[in-house]
Formats: sequence, structure tokens, C-alpha cells
Amino acid sequence: MRSSHGNTKLVLSYAILLALTFLSLFPALWIILSSLKTGNSLYSDTFIPREFTLGHYLDLFNKTKYPIWFFNTLKVAVLSTIFGTFLLLISSYAISRFRFTGRRTTLKVMLVLQMFPGFMAMIAIFVLLNAMGLLNSHWALILVYSSGSIIANVFVAKGFFDTIPRSLEDAARIDGASHFKVFSTVIVPLSTPMLTYASLMIFNGAFIDFIFADLILRTEEQRTLAVGLYKMVSQRNSTEFTMFAAGAVLVAVPVTLLFLLLQRYLVDGLTAGANKG
Amino acid sequence: MQSKTVGALLSFALMGLGQLYNRQWGKGLVFLIAALAGIYLTVFQLFDHLHGLITLGEQPSGFVKVGKMMKMVEGDHSIFMLIKGLIALVVLLFFLCFYVLNIRDAYLVGRLRDNGKPPATFRKSLAALGDKHFAYLVLLPPFIVITFLTILPLIFSILLAFTNFADPILPPANLVDWVGFDNFSKMLNMKVWSNTFGGILQWTLLWAVIATATTYIGGILIAVLIHQPRIRFKKFWRTALIVPFAIPNMISLLVMRNMFNNQFGPINGYLQYFGLKGLPWLTDPFWAKVTVILVNMWIGIPIVMILAFGVLTTIPRDLYEAAEVDGAGSRQKFRLITLPMVLFSTSPILIMNFAGNINNFNVIYLLTNGEPVNLNYQFAGHTDLLVTWLYKLALNQSQFSFASVIGIFIFLIVASISIWSYTRTRSYREEDMIQ
Repeated sequence: MRSSHGNTKLVLSYAILLALTFLSLFPALWIILSSLKTGNSLYSDTFIPREFTLGHYLDLFNKTKYPIWFFNTLKVAVLSTIFGTFLLLISSYAISRFRFTGRRTTLKVMLVLQMFPGFMAMIAIFVLLNAMGLLNSHWALILVYSSGSIIANVFVAKGFFDTIPRSLEDAARIDGASHFKVFSTVIVPLSTPMLTYASLMIFNGAFIDFIFADLILRTEEQRTLAVGLYKMVSQRNSTEFTMFAAGAVLVAVPVTLLFLLLQRYLVDGLTAGANKG
Repeated sequence: MQSKTVGALLSFALMGLGQLYNRQWGKGLVFLIAALAGIYLTVFQLFDHLHGLITLGEQPSGFVKVGKMMKMVEGDHSIFMLIKGLIALVVLLFFLCFYVLNIRDAYLVGRLRDNGKPPATFRKSLAALGDKHFAYLVLLPPFIVITFLTILPLIFSILLAFTNFADPILPPANLVDWVGFDNFSKMLNMKVWSNTFGGILQWTLLWAVIATATTYIGGILIAVLIHQPRIRFKKFWRTALIVPFAIPNMISLLVMRNMFNNQFGPINGYLQYFGLKGLPWLTDPFWAKVTVILVNMWIGIPIVMILAFGVLTTIPRDLYEAAEVDGAGSRQKFRLITLPMVLFSTSPILIMNFAGNINNFNVIYLLTNGEPVNLNYQFAGHTDLLVTWLYKLALNQSQFSFASVIGIFIFLIVASISIWSYTRTRSYREEDMIQ
């Protein structure tokens, strides 16, 4: 009696899990199949297309500026990740380790800054960059993304450094190492998990931002993938749906794979972020 | 007079003099040059900019009679003046801080000399910068970047809320003026604005509550489901269900918008295939709200699931074993051990998600763009949140001052929630516990 009840429960659990898996994978599956189907309309009478084609991917490279956009995105995302991670690393380390005057204030200011909606500053940055003649430049984006990444991740990073025992650094310091030496040979290697998490977040943020990038980048040659894709779908949505599908797949695949491969670090980082309060 | 007093007084009179008096030639020279640059900038730049910040321009654009011809003369650009004034103010603040530090430095070195010790050489001062003041040195670049790219723009936006910078008053054609709290009182009292604001605020809060609750409950239930001891292939299920989190949400939301398309989308297609009538997913006010909540569940549940999973694996085995010894069934074990543990450890997520959902721009903007349009609203639709309304006001309607007012309101809401929760977390109170 008891075991049959247990078995029903188990079967039910598997059934629910299967259904959920289907729901979670369906959109991805659907967009991949759509990108492979002939024609260009959204409507399709079968789930699996009757005829397969790679034409839309080829069109993307031949008819749009997709390769240039891809290169732009890579440039912006990689440079933002490097600068952002560097700035984040040094600032959170200093805040975690040194008890300097104004430390508490710094922490509080950072916390307050996090609470403003990001768009509020956008218009001002736009006017500022306009005045400095930096509009339509990738460097403007890189600067803004890097500075934003400090505020977004500083508490996770600081929390991480707080958990590294000080005795490790003290040992190195007794051996006569300078602050900088301690930082680069003891701290940086120990913080790879946090660095992986933070840089993935910064990279992802820069990779898929379509709002600020759209505001700053004025010409088609300078566009990033996310902006290009967003324009494509908002301007000619219904007419070239399959091409959008192909573009979406190409943008999503690298980021999705990165996320799934680095799952472990993400879980740690997210957990730390959730506990920061 | 003692050296410390003389040094401090000299440094007060002109930055760097006290250092020179203390025979710190290198440092004194550097400070002196900085002082001269500062004075030059103050005389030739600062006052103009501060004047501009206060008046926001006095010379409107217009035609001026020159001889017999009318000539177009470009007037003051209030917004540029506002920004330049702000930058001047920030630079002035930096300079003043530096000045105070310079006096303090001259005083301290003077005291050292009074006690008969030699002042540090320039090289030693530089070395101290890398050692004693390492934290400041390292924090300087992030500090500058954040000041100019985050704090300054934010102050600018906040100040805009107190001006009349909104269509049709747009520079360079018009001059912008300070109006005090006018915009706030319009937002709360003027029918066109207060109607929209009230409606959108209500929906924003309702949305934040439902979106947070659905993803939280869903995520925890799924984590518990997978965590059952008899379920096999745990890693597979977990990875499969994480996929929505891994796909960039900008992409998945655009894809969803097409899936929920009333006419051609596959969802209505399948409903019709089973003989059901398709639903107006994105065009009906009520169903559009349902759709954004459903889609938000798809996106948000995996994150909660990951976090809850982390908690579940840390619950010690012996707790369950002890319960079994006491004769507890599986249902009791779940209710008395698993659930309280998970709820306790994941409660910070609730608050974080709630604040996040109030600002959840992407889901609304990409899925419905705030539509369907609400005719009673000022530039907004049925599904618009405060933050998407802010965006539309600023970038589509050029109602910059009103957008800033909304931004301040959002800040007030999020700040009160965060402060309430922040003071309750352990990490704040027990910060220096781990050494």
C-alpha cells in the first residue's frame, strides 16, 4: 500500500519534470527551428518545418552588417569586461581590507547609487558625451559599462573578499611583500571564482544592452549586435521573421553556452549576491 | 611660533608654501603648481559656470537687429550650462578637499619638525603613498570614474526634476528655468498626470508583488521536486530547467513576443489546433498583464530554483535521520525541516527580487512596450511600469523634468524597501566577524 502510493508520487514527479523541461526548452527549440525554415513569415502550420534551409544565416552575413556588428560587440564586451573587472577588483578589495576614513560613507553611497533606476543617469550621460564629442564612439560605451559594473557588483565582490582569511596576507606581508605584491600573488589567484562570476555578468551586460547602446551609437557601422537585432525586429518584425530568428540564435548561442559551462560559479555568485541584502 | 602653526598658516595662505617652509621642496613645488592652476581656473572659469548654474542662461535665442539686417543670434543653452556648472562645482569640491589636506599636511610635518625629526623626502612621501595610503591610491580611479559617470549624471537628473525642461520648453530655442517643486505638485495634483501616475503606481506594485511571489514559490517548489531522494538524473533536470536563465533575456523576450502574437504566433496556433479559441495575449489589457506575468515566471523561476537548490544541499542529513528515529513521515519531514530551512535562508531573495521587479524594464518594454495603449493615460499604456513610463517620457516625449520626478519616486520606493531589509541582514551587523 505504502510503496504503491510512493510510486504514484514518483511517476507524478517525473511527469511534472518532463512537462517543465518541455516548457523551459520550447522557446529555444521553436526559434532554432524557425531560423531553419524556408520563407520569411512568422506563421507556420507545423512545428517541424517541411523544408530546411541555412539561407537565413547566409542572408544575415550577406545582406546586413552582421559581421561588423558582431565584431563591434565583441570589442565593446571584451574591453568592458577587462576594465570593469579590474576596477571592481581593486575597489572591492580596498573596501574589504582597509579601514580608512570614509569607508562606511563609501559603502553607503554605493548602496544608494544602486537604488536609482539606471535610466535616470542615461540622459545626462548622453548630454555629457555629446558635449565631449564622444557620441557614436565605442569608448563611451566601454567607459559607462565599466563604471556601472563596479556599483552593480561591489557588494558581491566585497563579501567574497571578506571570507578570505587575513592570515594568508599577513604571512606574505611578514615575508616582506608590498601591498601590491600581496594583492597580485595572493588575492587575485584566490578570487578566480568571484572574478569569473563578475566578468561573466559584465560581459553579458555589455553583450545584450540595446537601450544605452542605441542612444549612443548613431550610425549603422558602429552598432552592436543587440541594437542591430532590436532594430531588425522592431522595424520589420513580421516581414523578415526568419532572419530575425537566425540572428537571435547566433547572439544567444555564445552567451548561453558560457552560462551553462560556468554554471558552478554562477550559483556561488548568485548565492553571495542574494545574501548581501 | 612653532613650525606647525607657521606651516599651517602659510599653507592656508597659499597651497604649497607651508611645505616649502618645511623644506619639502618637491612636494611644495607640486602643490604650488596645483594652487596656481586652481586660482587661474577659479578666476577665468568657475564664476561663469556657477553663475550659469544658478540662472540657467539669460540670453534667449532670437533675432537681433544689426544695422538694417535681422540676424539670428544663438542664446544660452541652459542644459549645457547646467552640466558645466555641475562639473565646475564638483571640481571645486575636489580642490577644496585637497586644500584642506594640504593645510593638515603642513601642520603634521611642522609638528614632526618641532619634535626634532627631519621631514620626509619627496621620494619617501611617494613611497608612503603606495604603502600607508594604499587604499586611497587604489580607490582613486574607480572614484573618479564613478563620480563623473554615475554620481554627476544622477545629480543632473535629480536637478532636472526642479526645472521646467519638458516639451515644448527645449533648448537651444528656449531657456529653461528653476521651478522648485512645481513638477511634483503637478504630478500629484494635476488631473492628467495624477491619473496616470496613480494607475501606473498601482500596477507597478501589484506587478512587483505577483511577479515576486510567483517566481519565488515556483522556484522553491521545483527545487524541492528535483531534490527528492528518489528522483534520478538530478543534474540533467537542473541543467534543463536553468536554460531560460542562461539565454540572454533580451533575446528570449523578443522571441516570446512573437510566440504570443495573436494572429500568427504558435501558441494561438496550438490552441486552435485543439479546437480552442486563441487568446488576445498581447492586445487585451487584462490578458497582456497575464502574459507578462507568465513570461516573467519563465525567466525568473530558474534563479530562485538555483538558490533554493543551494540551500537544500546544505541541510544536514542527521536532521532527517533524527526525525526518522522519532517516527516522522516524509510529509512531516518536509513540513518541519525542509520548508522552514529553505524559507529562512532564501528570504533575502524575496526583498531583492521585489525591488528588482519594480525596476523590471526589459520584460515590459520588450514584450508589450507598455501596450495596449490606455487612452486615459498620459503617454502610457495598460502594462507600463513606472520605469518604462519614465523611459517613454524622457526619450519619446521629451518630458525630461517629469521623467526625473518619476525617477525620484522610484528611488524613494526602492530605497525604503532596501534600507528596511539591509539593516536586518547579518552581513551588515557582523561585518568584521571573519578575520
